[in-house]
Amino acid sequence: MTTIYEQRPGLSRRELLKRGTIGAALIISGRAVISPDKAWGMETTALKPETMATLIKLARDIYPHDTVADRFYAIAVKGHDTKAGTDAAHKELIEAGIADLDKRAGEGGYRGLGWEDDRVKILHDIESTPFFQAVRGDLVVSFYNQKELWSHFGYEGESYSKGGYITRGFDDIEWL
Amino acid sequence: MAAPYDLNDGSVVVIIGSGAGGGTLGNELAQKGIDVVVLEAGARIEHEDFINDEWDSFSQLAWLDHRTTGGGWRVSKDFPNLPAWIVKAVGGTTTHWAGASLRFQEHEFKTLTNYGKVEGANLLDWPVTLAELEPYYAKAEDKMGVTRTNGIEGLPGNNNFKILKAGADKVGYKECHTGNMAINSADRDDRMSCQQTGFCFQGCKWGAKWSTLYTEIPKGEATGRLEVRPNSHVVKIEHDDSGKVTAVVYADKDGKLQSQKARIICVAGNSIESPRLLLNSASSKYPDGLANSSGQVGKNYMRHTTGSVYAVFEKPVHFYRGTTMAGIVRDEAKHDPSRGFVGGYELETLALGVPFMAAFLDPGGWGRPFASAMDSYANMAGLWIVGEDMPQEQNAVKLHGELKDKYGMPIPDVWFTDHPNDTAMRNHAYKQGESLYAAVGATRSFPTPPYPSTHNLGTNRMSEKAQDGVVNKWGQTHDIKNLFVSDGSQFTTGAAENPTLTIVTLAIRQADYIAKEMGAGSI
Repeated sequence: MTTIYEQRPGLSRRELLKRGTIGAALIISGRAVISPDKAWGMETTALKPETMATLIKLARDIYPHDTVADRFYAIAVKGHDTKAGTDAAHKELIEAGIADLDKRAGEGGYRGLGWEDDRVKILHDIESTPFFQAVRGDLVVSFYNQKELWSHFGYEGESYSKGGYITRGFDDIEWL
Repeated sequence: MAAPYDLNDGSVVVIIGSGAGGGTLGNELAQKGIDVVVLEAGARIEHEDFINDEWDSFSQLAWLDHRTTGGGWRVSKDFPNLPAWIVKAVGGTTTHWAGASLRFQEHEFKTLTNYGKVEGANLLDWPVTLAELEPYYAKAEDKMGVTRTNGIEGLPGNNNFKILKAGADKVGYKECHTGNMAINSADRDDRMSCQQTGFCFQGCKWGAKWSTLYTEIPKGEATGRLEVRPNSHVVKIEHDDSGKVTAVVYADKDGKLQSQKARIICVAGNSIESPRLLLNSASSKYPDGLANSSGQVGKNYMRHTTGSVYAVFEKPVHFYRGTTMAGIVRDEAKHDPSRGFVGGYELETLALGVPFMAAFLDPGGWGRPFASAMDSYANMAGLWIVGEDMPQEQNAVKLHGELKDKYGMPIPDVWFTDHPNDTAMRNHAYKQGESLYAAVGATRSFPTPPYPSTHNLGTNRMSEKAQDGVVNKWGQTHDIKNLFVSDGSQFTTGAAENPTLTIVTLAIRQADYIAKEMGAGSI
């Protein structure tokens, strides 16, 4: 089972400094991927935690929303860990795909490439591969279908229980 | 006789499908005292149970049985197993539709005469005229409560419409309004008025939008002569040695095969399932499938040129607030070959929520260009192109060579490739849409490709001569007198208008014909 939990206490600053890798915003500790501000963490069960960390980075590079926090990307890709737990072919697809990304990136791996342009160049090279299409195709739903994200985009979601928009601005445009 | 009917009751009319065609036909016949069984593959989901959430609603209502696709259309690349977004539930696609209810134009019934021969296209004149259909169009508009007819006020314009209208005025379009919509602008027919909720495509929870689910079907049931059997997936139509159809074989809610005898059978499963059923009912007497002496069953598949234009503005629009299809520009719906194509198109507003915008704005798109578009979501306006696409024999619903469904029947394989006329029309429409939005300050716009087809037409087309099509002017198959087609697969050509009003119109008229023929003892 993949778990995500908020505000994981108990990681000392020394632990963070010891375990943090250069250029990587996310921290690997045991089987966990942890946000640098310790606001959230995720335990992996089937995929390697490094793989999950790279998947999170990859997800943001595929759909880069600069003012959307990492945890939404983490939630979006956690399904790959769950699926890898029961589907060996999927586990292989993801592990091999991430390994290939790291290989193309050179020393420091994909997460070690500091500039987005350099990472996106690699993604353009692999964009027709089954790995990239599987990750991107899943993200369209797993990322954009998160209700908590909708207000970021200015979408108000469910409407019937509020009586529709007939008194809530359906025709309130003023700038025309 | 009264509903429910016995499986061995061969006096009933059996209708396959409960949507715009099947649901309307069922009620019309029941009102005339004729006994009807409607077999619907989907479940009965009442409007209170619709869901204001795009993906959850899609899972609840969409036809998701396995289908495959082929041909040059982009849908086959981006959504290889989803050629169409239509409904598997009582009410059919009238639960999901946006409500646009436009009459076809006179010249659109005579495309071969008016457009001339178009290379590669299988144009044909309808065997009916607008004049013959006018009394029935009037009945349909009254039945459905279409705005701007029968003294019904137009709906108020939402933000998306206001931008369309401002742009239309600027570029010189003259015919722009909030549409002829089968959505109550005031209480009517025991149904309340539109609350501008923004989830028309997910089924109207208020019942303000017309759907056979909560209009035709309950009215028919109230006569005691209409029985709707949901979760009844029709597998095959059977016939006797004389060639007359006699029974419908279907899988019931437990997956067990049942056989309902019938005096008359009417196929209304929408334009993918209807031809598939006729083809799957092949026998030694009809080796090419039922009613297929012309070879046209499944062919001439049309879906309108479609495509969308979304545009971004400096300030918020919140275009998802209110009716999904909130207005129309009709100026381009004429036949004017000086534009570089035959036939015309309507421009109709459209809005999607964030989840569906992400899926359909630019299928396969990713990276900053895509994400920046999504970041502008709140400032978007949008429209959908509804244009007359060319019937082509190569565009067809075929039976898959190997894959079968859980009842052992070959699944549909839907082939489509744009005709050059389709592409020319769509490109013209993209340019016009972009100009319209630019005229009122759009900073960026997107030519969104066609979605999985929501308009599916032509695969059992009407024709004067039996060699050119599948059914006659009444929707009666040329080959088998007691077998009818009652959905949009009857359409000889697609016109520039949304199909539902014409499907309902043809169903009301077909009911008159069936009743007359039954009374005369000829079927």
